[in-house]
Amino acid sequence: MNRADPKETCCHNDVMTPSLQAVAGLLADARSLSEVAREEASSFRSNYGHDIPLKHLSDRVAMYVHAYTLYSAVRPFGCSFILGSYDKDDGPQLYMVDPSGISHGYWGCSIGKAKQAAKTEIEKLQMKEMTCREVVKEVAKIIYIVHDEVKDKAFELELSWVGEVTNGRHELVPKDVREEAEKYAKDSLEEEDDSDEDNM
Amino acid sequence: MMIFGNLFTALNLKGVNYCCLPVTERSNRGKMAAAASMMPYFAQQISSKNDLVPDWMGQEVSTGTTIMAVEYDGGVVIGADSRTTTGAYIANRVTDKLTPIHDRIFCCRSGSAADTQAIADVVTYQLGFHSIELDEPPLVETAANLFKASCYRYREELSAGILVAGWDRRKGGQVYCVPIGGMMVRQPVSIGGSGSSYIYGFMDSNYKPDLTKDQCLDLTAAALSLAMERDGSSGGVIRLASISEAGVERKVILGNQLPKYSTH
Repeated sequence: MNRADPKETCCHNDVMTPSLQAVAGLLADARSLSEVAREEASSFRSNYGHDIPLKHLSDRVAMYVHAYTLYSAVRPFGCSFILGSYDKDDGPQLYMVDPSGISHGYWGCSIGKAKQAAKTEIEKLQMKEMTCREVVKEVAKIIYIVHDEVKDKAFELELSWVGEVTNGRHELVPKDVREEAEKYAKDSLEEEDDSDEDNM
Repeated sequence: MMIFGNLFTALNLKGVNYCCLPVTERSNRGKMAAAASMMPYFAQQISSKNDLVPDWMGQEVSTGTTIMAVEYDGGVVIGADSRTTTGAYIANRVTDKLTPIHDRIFCCRSGSAADTQAIADVVTYQLGFHSIELDEPPLVETAANLFKASCYRYREELSAGILVAGWDRRKGGQVYCVPIGGMMVRQPVSIGGSGSSYIYGFMDSNYKPDLTKDQCLDLTAAALSLAMERDGSSGGVIRLASISEAGVERKVILGNQLPKYSTH
């Protein structure tokens, strides 16, 4: 659920079983951390016989990232990491790890260049009362809102979700939902432009 | 020679050879004949040829056993007899074979007493650590997988048949069977130990799904009682426990209170 930019920022990929992962920052660091997350999830599954709870995976990734802040021989990871999952016992879960090694659970979070602006927008949403489809539209709208036409290069929107709607699997948002979300986002941007003009 | 022999007997009762085990449900009896000539050197000194050392000193301590576990809606009932043997001698007639692994997870032990105690200790440690890391009570499935991991990895050295049973928030009451060899499978009801051979018919005809907790307790007591009557390696008292969200309730049925089935 993040913007994609040819040079830097995000990609999203599967860890193991039902969780999604989005990253922002130096892509090489992000890939290496993804691999760490995959190995943690895999070894947990191998040792304990069931899928790793997301909080625990997030703690493990965070501990790993934190370790790189302890020694002068290595530099900290240059990326933030969002992990999300859905299962019928724990429901939907969202965790984020930042380069300092802190990990928190969230109802909504943002990472990357425009994270502060996006955070403000997210705080306006009432996520607990919204369905997955509604949230997808809002997320697309936020991505479009925070994109600075002047300073930023063109971007490509990538949307993926995991939830009851996908039976717990991490999937790219289907084409029709995606198009609906993009249209909603572009329309609401135009509305805001129009309302600005009216005030003149 | 003499000194060495005495030192060995002072150390432990457990012999390290296959051929002297009492008849249990070991699946590799073919090995026993072949192993007779492969006894470790010190065990040969303790063989029956040596009058100074009695037979039973060369035999492994075994929880001969009958064990059983049943799931019901909201928990599990587990039960075991209380006899530990070294050969024909009953080393402990009031054994507790129902071992707690965690607050709501128990295991029933059969096979070698030492092996099962050692494995249970290892799993208790691993599960306790795991539970602290997760900051929530562990799953029964996790405990069963940990047992399986140890039993399978060391399958050549171990002789342990274990039933893992307990309650967790995710799947409720569960019973997992980890027999000799180290496979693991979940079953609604499971029996194990040498005495279990005698009650397969009873279980097949008397168990049905969706029993209440009290019906499970009665079924377990009846089954164990029948097995203890017929199996020489099982006997003593019946130890029962029922595990649910509310906690663990333990009961003992003493010898004179055992369900009676013979009329003569």
